Amino acid sequence: MSTRIDAAFRRAAKEKRAALIAYITAGDPTPARTLELLRALERGGVDVVELGVPYSDPIADGPINCAAAERALAAGTTLAGVLQTIRELRFTSQLPVVLFSYANPVLAYGLSRFALDAATVGVDGVLLPDVPAEEATPFHQQLRRVGVELVPMLAPTSTRVRVKQAKKLAESFVYFVSHTGVTGPQAQLPTELEAQVRLVRKLTGRRVAVGFGVSKAEQVARVAQFADGVVVGSALVARIAQWGDDPELVGDLQRFVQQLRAATRRG
Amino acid sequence: MKRLPDERGYFGAYGGRFVPETLMAPLQELEEAFREAMRDKAFKRELDGLLRDYCGRPTPLSFAQRFSAHLGGARVYLKREDLCHTGAHKINNALGQCLLARRMGKVRVIAETGAGQHGVAVATAAALLGLSCRIYMGTEDERRQALNVYRMRLLGAEVVGVDAGSKTLKDAINEALRDWVTNVHTTHYVMGSVLGPHPYPMMVREFQAVIGAEAWLQMRKVYGGLPRLVVACVGGGSNAAGIFTAFLPYQKVKLVGVEAGGRGPLLGHHAARFAGGSPGVLHGTFTYLLQDASGNTAPTHSISAGLDYPAVGPEHAFWKDSRRVEYVHVSDEEAKAAFHLLAELEGIVPALETAHALAYVTKVARSFSPAEAILVNLSGRGDKDVAEVARLEGVRL
Repeated sequence: MSTRIDAAFRRAAKEKRAALIAYITAGDPTPARTLELLRALERGGVDVVELGVPYSDPIADGPINCAAAERALAAGTTLAGVLQTIRELRFTSQLPVVLFSYANPVLAYGLSRFALDAATVGVDGVLLPDVPAEEATPFHQQLRRVGVELVPMLAPTSTRVRVKQAKKLAESFVYFVSHTGVTGPQAQLPTELEAQVRLVRKLTGRRVAVGFGVSKAEQVARVAQFADGVVVGSALVARIAQWGDDPELVGDLQRFVQQLRAATRRG
Repeated sequence: MKRLPDERGYFGAYGGRFVPETLMAPLQELEEAFREAMRDKAFKRELDGLLRDYCGRPTPLSFAQRFSAHLGGARVYLKREDLCHTGAHKINNALGQCLLARRMGKVRVIAETGAGQHGVAVATAAALLGLSCRIYMGTEDERRQALNVYRMRLLGAEVVGVDAGSKTLKDAINEALRDWVTNVHTTHYVMGSVLGPHPYPMMVREFQAVIGAEAWLQMRKVYGGLPRLVVACVGGGSNAAGIFTAFLPYQKVKLVGVEAGGRGPLLGHHAARFAGGSPGVLHGTFTYLLQDASGNTAPTHSISAGLDYPAVGPEHAFWKDSRRVEYVHVSDEEAKAAFHLLAELEGIVPALETAHALAYVTKVARSFSPAEAILVNLSGRGDKDVAEVARLEGVRL
């Protein structure tokens, strides 16, 4: 289990709030700016950062994150470069980092080499949106050997059997996809969400973070009442798209994250 | 049912299910529904009836007499999938999957299309069976295949242009998968080739296996034995899988799949996955694909929109590694020459996809004796390509 991720959830729980997990796409708008954006997220009070590795065919992503991946790839972002950024972050920060990557960039990098390099630079966990439990074994084995978590993803369509499969892989937490769909803002979160999160927590015995579709402080506040962690992604990515290379971006992102963080309090 | 894939959907090292968790339970349901349907005599009867009375199966086997004489070698036989309703083999699979969708209680089907042949086939089957239908098509392909876009609309389908990435087939598949993730409760995704996550490669092969089953019987009846060589073009690989499957057990029958060699061997100039690609994951399956050093999908090119795709069906990857099938590629120019040759010698205008298979035959026919037979899957007719060929040759229509 990653001690950094575990500690972040413990700290949040002690403060009677859900952990805030912030997603951005690495290399957007340029690889050179990712480090300062990560630092802005940390200053804003993010508990865990989820860093997306841009990929040419992101089938689980909606238009906002797809456009970010296109910008990052056009700016020359590679998995090797993303790992280098995390290495630099670790000189000054213990912010837990979960890499979000489709399978193929990892396979092209080389699975065992990836696991080793990820652990070396200080990656805490890995989310693989197109690697379900059935395909996870080689990824899980390589990552576990070096102490990096493979964070299982569950969805509203997951059967009980599948939820229990995820239990075997899960360490600090499982990631619950809030609705059947791709990443991106949703006007409303499903009414069944709370019951589903409670069931997943019961069946896996693990913390549950909710992602996909959560974009507003009010939604964070609602999810924080029953989930252990809340993931906000596209809303941050949309701000990055809006500001582009403008230096104002850093301050704006930090202020937005502070609002989200304030919304994570329970009760 | 053939032995492969295994229960995890693998053909040797290839295949599997690399999809978001949301799609896993639906894929399992689909696999169960498919296996159950294939055991159900009533389903088989309904599908066979439609293939016969609606599609015009069995399609003929034509001896290409003047084409064979011109090449000066083997007797060349053509399995006439171009004579299927809608003009290509795609309808076999579209009808099978739409019937299955209806059986599963789905009211809506979606599909991707490149050249438009699969889109037209799905729009047709959906119209016949009363299903609502949406087709995703890259905007670059919409431009190249404007006639088929209107044809799909005539059939009552909604055609949605995809403006992302390379604006071609690969991006249309991405968008169809995103739609499916979102509408999975009401919608069946009719994948058009032996691609994608399990059970699609198996299911599409089974729906296309009728081609090989008919051809096997027809060759024995018309020619009096099995061919020495069976040739098919390979984009995703459904027409090839459909005809190869019947001949796989016969080691004396050589099987050749022909990929798009495009303009040449540089990455981005062709779609020859077996010549220039390496194993990786795209669109839910582990297979050979054209990719850059970072694992991003590489651009492709082919004169034929239906072969212009960066990955290939996982069973083909298995056949390649096990050497049961040989994969070759021919260039745009060679395909265009064969397109003309068949039109002039046989009165058949083939699809540009199919012309790749024919181009290979023009190269090797001479090395066979006149007593030997070559079987070509004439997967589709070329009406859709007439305007594009005219444009490429500077002819104003």
